[in-house]
Amino acid sequence: MSTDVTIQHGEEINNSTGVSAKKLLMWVFLGSDVMFFGTFIATFMAYRNKSLVGPYPEDTLNIPITSVSTFVLLMSSLGIVLALHYLKEARMGLAKFWLLMVIIMGIGFIGFQVYEFAHFANMGMTPQVNLFGSTFFTLTSLHGAHVSLGILWLIFLLINEYRGNLNSENAIDLEIAGLYWHFVDIVWIVIFALLYLITANDGVPPGGIPWIGGH
Amino acid sequence: MSSISKPKQFQLPRIFPRPKSHKGLWYWLATVDHKKIGTMYGLVSFFWFLIGGIEALLIRLQLGQAESSILSPEVYNQMFTMHGTTMVFLVVMPLSAAFFNWIVPLQIGARDVAFPRLNALSLWVFIFGSILMNISWFAGGAPNGGWFGYPPNSSLGFNPGNGITYWIMGLNVLGVASIAAGLNFIVTIINMRAPGLHMMRLPVFTWMTLITSVLIVLALPILAVAGIQLTADRIYGTNFFNSEAGGDPIFWQHIFWLFGHPEVYILILPAMGIVSEVLPTFSRKPLFGYTAIVFAGLVIGFMGWFVWSHHMFTVGLGPAANTAFTVTTMLIAIPTGVKIFNWISTLWGGSIKLNTSMLFSIGFIAMFTIGGLSGVTHAASPSDAQQQDTYYVVAHFHYVLFGGSIFAIFSGIYYWWPKFTGWLLDEKLGITSFILMFIGFNLQFGPMHWVGLNGMPRRIYTYAEDMGWESSNLAATIGGFIIALSVLVFLVNVILSKRKKQNAGGDPWDARTLEWSIASPPPHYNFVEIPKVNNIDDWWYKKYPELLEGNNQNIKKQKIEVEDSSNVDESKIHLPDLSYYPLLIGIGLTIAALGVMYTYALVAIGLVMVFWGSIGWSTEPVNEDSNEHH
Repeated sequence: MSTDVTIQHGEEINNSTGVSAKKLLMWVFLGSDVMFFGTFIATFMAYRNKSLVGPYPEDTLNIPITSVSTFVLLMSSLGIVLALHYLKEARMGLAKFWLLMVIIMGIGFIGFQVYEFAHFANMGMTPQVNLFGSTFFTLTSLHGAHVSLGILWLIFLLINEYRGNLNSENAIDLEIAGLYWHFVDIVWIVIFALLYLITANDGVPPGGIPWIGGH
Repeated sequence: MSSISKPKQFQLPRIFPRPKSHKGLWYWLATVDHKKIGTMYGLVSFFWFLIGGIEALLIRLQLGQAESSILSPEVYNQMFTMHGTTMVFLVVMPLSAAFFNWIVPLQIGARDVAFPRLNALSLWVFIFGSILMNISWFAGGAPNGGWFGYPPNSSLGFNPGNGITYWIMGLNVLGVASIAAGLNFIVTIINMRAPGLHMMRLPVFTWMTLITSVLIVLALPILAVAGIQLTADRIYGTNFFNSEAGGDPIFWQHIFWLFGHPEVYILILPAMGIVSEVLPTFSRKPLFGYTAIVFAGLVIGFMGWFVWSHHMFTVGLGPAANTAFTVTTMLIAIPTGVKIFNWISTLWGGSIKLNTSMLFSIGFIAMFTIGGLSGVTHAASPSDAQQQDTYYVVAHFHYVLFGGSIFAIFSGIYYWWPKFTGWLLDEKLGITSFILMFIGFNLQFGPMHWVGLNGMPRRIYTYAEDMGWESSNLAATIGGFIIALSVLVFLVNVILSKRKKQNAGGDPWDARTLEWSIASPPPHYNFVEIPKVNNIDDWWYKKYPELLEGNNQNIKKQKIEVEDSSNVDESKIHLPDLSYYPLLIGIGLTIAALGVMYTYALVAIGLVMVFWGSIGWSTEPVNEDSNEHH
C-alpha cells in the first residue's frame, strides 16, 4: 500500500489539478452566469425593433453619458488588478487604496444607472410601456444587481484588509472576487455594445406608432 | 481548506451556539457530511415520489372510465401539472442528487465534497423550495399550466391567482439548489480525485454525474430567466409574452425547451451511470467499451443543446427549422445506441447474477430501448405532427423516465443500500417488487401507445364513451395500482429487512469500485487512508491481480479486506464542523420568494436572513479548534 499518502491534519484534502477549489468554483459559476446573461441578451436581441409604441431607443438612449459610466466601470477593472498586485506584494497601503477606489468607481457606476433609470421613468419609459422597456430594464437592472453584490463583497474584503485578516497569504480571496468583478465588466461591454451602441438609432419599427414624447 | 487561523478573526454574534454533538435533531439540521446530506435528499425526494405517485393515481382513477367525474377539470389540470413538476424537479433530480452525494466522494476516494457547507445549502434550499411549491395547494390552488407553463395560458389574463407564480418561484428556488449542487460536484470531481485516479479511470457513475452537473449549471439559468420574465409579466406588467404589445408567446417555448431538453438528459444520464455500475458488478466482467460509454455520454450532453425545437414541430417554425431539428434529434440516437449495445455486450459471456438490482438494470435497458425507439418516431417531424399532444408522447416519456430513470434509481437503491446502511434488503421481496413494477409499468404505459396513435389527446380530463379508448385506459389504471403495490412491497421490504438487519459487510457484491473498499456504512471520514489508484475498477484488480496479467483461468481472490476503521485516531482527521448557516440561508431564500407574491416586508426579512447567513458563513472558521499552529 501507499506510504506517501498519510493523514496529516489540514493536508489530507486531494487537489488533482493544482488549482484552488474556490477558484475553480468561481470559474464554473461564471460559466453558469454566462447562460443567465446570455438568455436575457438573446431576449433583448429577439425583441429588438418589435415595440409597437414608444419611447423607442432613439428617443431615450444617451450614449455620451453611458460612455462615461462605462469608462468608470472599465477603469475599476484596472483598479482591482492593482489592488490584487499590491496585496500580493504585501504593500497594504496601496492595496487598500486601490480596493477603495474600485468600490468608489462601482458605486459611481450604480449612481449613473440610478440617474439613468430615473431619467427614463421621467420621460415615460418604464418596464411596462413596451418591449424595449421590458427587455432593457430587466437586463440592465440584473447587471446592476450583480455590480451591487460585487460592491458588498469588496467592502467585506476591504474591512478584512483593515482588520489584518486579508493579506498576501490569502490574496486568493481577492483574486476570486476579482474574477467575478472582471466578468461583470465584460458582460457590461457586451450590454453597452448591443443595448446602447448598435441600438441607439433604432426608431419606429414597421407597424409601430411614432412617439410624440412627454407624458 | 486553507483555514489559516487568525487571532483577530471577526465573527458574527451567534444567536444559537454552533452545534457540536454528532447526535440528535441539531446534528441533522447542521450537518455538512455528504452521506447524511445524501440520506436526507433521498428521504425527502422519496416522500415526494409518494406524493407524485398519489397524484398519478388520482389522474388514472379519473381516466379509468369514460366521462367520470372524480376530479373536476380544474383540479385535474392542477393534478397533472403538479405530477409532472413533482416527478421531474422533486423526485428524479433530487433522487439522483442523493446518489451523487452518497456515492461520488466514495468513488473518487475523497473525505467529502469540495464545499461541504455549500452542499448543505443545496439540500436545504431544495427542501424548502419543494415545500414552497406545494404550499400552493392550500393558497388558492396549485399551478395548472402543465410542467412547461406555456403563455398565454400561464399569463395573468388567463390564469389569475397565485398558482403559476408559486410554480415559478418554486422552480427558481429549486434552481438555486440544483446550480449550487452542480457547481459543487463539478469542482469535487475535477479537483478531489485520489492520487492516480485520472479522468479516464473514473467510474462511469462519477463521469455521468460530472456531465449531468455541467448540464445543470448551464441549463438551469435559462429556466431562471424564463421564470423571471414570466413573473415580471404577471406581477409587474411587463410585456415579454404579451402579444398585444408585440411580445411573442412562442419565445417562451424556445427558452423553456432550450432548458427543457438538456433537462431530459439531466434526468437520464445519472440513471445511465447507475446501470453502468450495476451491470459489470453482477456480470463479473469489466464494462464493455468504457471509453465509448464515457464519450457517448459527453456527446449526448453536447448534442442535447441542439434539439430543443423538436418539442415545437407543430407551432409552425417552417420546413427548414423542422428538418434541421429532425436531423439533430435523430443523431442523438447514435450515442444512445452505443451505450445500449455496450451494456448488452457487458452482459454477454458474463457470470450473471440475477438479483433485484440486476433485474432493475436489465429492465432499464429493455424499457429505455422501447422509449428510445418511440422517441425516434417523433423525432421525424412529419410523423410528429400526428403524435404531438397525444398519449403516444405520454407513453414515450414515461418509458424513458419511469422505465428508464426510475428503474435505474431502484436498481441503484438495491445496489448501494448495503453501503448506505450496513444491512441487506430482502431479495425475495425485492424480486417481487421488481416483477410487480415491470408488469404494472407495461400495463399502464404500453396501451398508451395505441390509444395515443388512435388520437387520444394529452391533458384532457375525460373522454366520450364511444371513442374506443375505454379498455386501454382501464388497463392503464390497473397498471398504475400494480405499480403502487410494488412500491408498497418495497417499503415493506425496508421495514422487514431493518428488523432482520442481515449484516452486509463492506463488499457484499464482490464489486469493483472504491466505495466497496471501506466499511458499510462508512465512517464519517470515509477512508482511513486515501487510496492510491492504479487502474479502472481499482478495487476489483486489487482483489484479482491475476486478471491484469491476462490470466482468466483459476483466478484466486486475494485476501484483501475492506478498511478497518475501528482503531483509527480520529483526532488526526480534520473534517469541517457543523454549521447552521446553510439552513438559515435556505429558509431566508424561501421566505423572500414567498414575499414576491405577497408583501415586500417578507422579501426584506428573507434577504436579511440570507445576508446574515452569508456573513456568518464566511466569517465562521471551518474548524473551531483549528488554533493550533501548523
